[in-house]
Amino acid sequence: MPIIRVENLCKTYENEGVATQAVCSVSFAVEKGEFLAIMGPSGSGKSTLMQMLGFLDRPTEGEYFFNGKDTKVFSDDELAQIRNKEVGFVFQSFNLLPRTSVFENVELPLLYDDKMEKRKENEKKVLTALGSVMMEHRVSYLSNQLSGGEKQRVAIARALVNNPEVIFADEPTGNLDSKSGTQVMKILQQLNDKGHTIILVTHETFTAEHAKRILHMKDGNIVSDEPVANRRFAADGELLK
Amino acid sequence: MRLTDPIKISYKNILAAKFRSFLTVLGIIIGVASVIIVMAIGASAQALILDQVKGIGSNLVGILPGASDEKGPPAQILGVVVTTLKYGDLQALLQKKNVPNVTAGSGYVTGSATVKNADNNFSTSFQGVSSDFPNVEKTTLTEGSRFFTKEEETNLARVAVLGANRAADLFPNENPIGKSISLKGQNFIVIGVMEKKGASGFSNPDDLILVPLFTGQKLLIGINYLNFIRVKVDDENNIDRAVADIKATLREQHHITDPANDDFSVRSTEQALSLLTNITDVLKYFLASIAAISLVVGGVGIMNIMLIAVNQRIREIGLRKAVGARNIHVVTQFLMESVAITLLGGIVGIIFGILIAFLASLIINRLGTAWQFIITWQSIVLATSVTIAIGLVFGMYPARKASKVSPMEALRYE
Repeated sequence: MPIIRVENLCKTYENEGVATQAVCSVSFAVEKGEFLAIMGPSGSGKSTLMQMLGFLDRPTEGEYFFNGKDTKVFSDDELAQIRNKEVGFVFQSFNLLPRTSVFENVELPLLYDDKMEKRKENEKKVLTALGSVMMEHRVSYLSNQLSGGEKQRVAIARALVNNPEVIFADEPTGNLDSKSGTQVMKILQQLNDKGHTIILVTHETFTAEHAKRILHMKDGNIVSDEPVANRRFAADGELLK
Repeated sequence: MRLTDPIKISYKNILAAKFRSFLTVLGIIIGVASVIIVMAIGASAQALILDQVKGIGSNLVGILPGASDEKGPPAQILGVVVTTLKYGDLQALLQKKNVPNVTAGSGYVTGSATVKNADNNFSTSFQGVSSDFPNVEKTTLTEGSRFFTKEEETNLARVAVLGANRAADLFPNENPIGKSISLKGQNFIVIGVMEKKGASGFSNPDDLILVPLFTGQKLLIGINYLNFIRVKVDDENNIDRAVADIKATLREQHHITDPANDDFSVRSTEQALSLLTNITDVLKYFLASIAAISLVVGGVGIMNIMLIAVNQRIREIGLRKAVGARNIHVVTQFLMESVAITLLGGIVGIIFGILIAFLASLIINRLGTAWQFIITWQSIVLATSVTIAIGLVFGMYPARKASKVSPMEALRYE
């Protein structure tokens, strides 16, 4: 059973009576453990699609099955719970809380977890997540004391802390220098190797080629959906691009 | 989510914008401080008035001309001149066969006049009183050996007893006993000076000049009725019986058969105290409610700042929702912040209010009034609960607005 299956998914925005279709009639499925890149130029609808897949927005039409369940029936609170436990996000602009420590930033999803774990348990989870992105040495730093690459690694740790099945990464290398970008792609590939499903949104072919499958979008439609023939593997010291 | 988490977040956010938080709470600080000050000054003024009434004695009964409701003020207090109380009534009340429990009594007439001696000239109030006056009121003389005699009460004797301030005004550096003063153009010999008592509400017995009852009534004012009678009852426990006897005697004197037609009001000190407590309570809470208006203004300030905070922190709200915060979490966080800000303002306001009320009591004491420094627990509870309520009420709209933000739109917000 695919972890994600969408059929005829559409998103139309209404603004002062003018309807704009950002995504239309998109259908595809993502299996567990896949590394999918959604590619396309600006305005192609790739970010809108990712936001719907990540439960940040609801589709206006079509079906979305997550782990076999129709998501249409989920209430806002149920969607919040899925965002908390089953998916994680990495954004282009990191979205770390300013003037807040690395530890507290990574701990954030745990604060909204229904199961109130003991502080010690939370601390263990945060340190494990930071360890997997090699950031445990910066645990007490404030977010604004970090470099761009370090910020993105902390953001990945935050996405990982609840051990979600799917990680959504929206242009995760967009604001990084090529060395930091390589590190981030390497971490995403490692996470995929450990069994996490990764959905990456990018407009760069080079970055997309780190995935196992590329879905090309244009004007809100999928124009191609192919496996990557010559997959790239990010290695230490290599520059992205 | 643990309860401590939103508290921690609120604390961080308040500290992150210290100056803005200070400006926000300023309105609340001023509002709470005003409520505390008004309540404290009100309570002190109330205590001052009630203490002075109690100081006169709790076994006194006052008789005023004119009817009144049991709890309402007598007609005379409202400025109506009633002439039904006569000297004969006072004499009847002092007879053992009529009111056995009365031990002393005095009639009172009050007027104002210019008083002069060789060097000084003052506008003053005077009172015509009976010879029993020192037995009725707790008054002693600091100068002079005697008060008015029974004969002087009715024989238009031109003798006077001065209040402590009047004596000091008229005779700054000399003993006034045996000296002459002129009141409404008539010469009086000073036979005594009363001990200093301090102001009581709007009147100050230290500024008074006392003259014998008939002298005041007929010679100085020119009336044949009394403004007031006050009698002393032998024991506090006999007050109710004495009041009943007084009423019966006065009805007989005035040929009244139906109590509904009473043309007098009889009040014990106890009743006067409860009436005064009611009046001062109303005044106190009225003033406190005016001061509380500034709290509402402060609340509007809180709402304004919280709305700005929602806009400024919209990406943060989006992020929190993206990582699993539910609407209730966002509402709780923003409400906690507004309550924390108002509560902080409330606490600072209470401290300021207490300090200012204390300073006021020091100053008023310096000015010669025995002013107590009173902070009631009710005012603290009221101020604290009102600030929490304001935080909740004025924080609710911004909090709900924040919770309704779509996570996707919030994350896109530039």
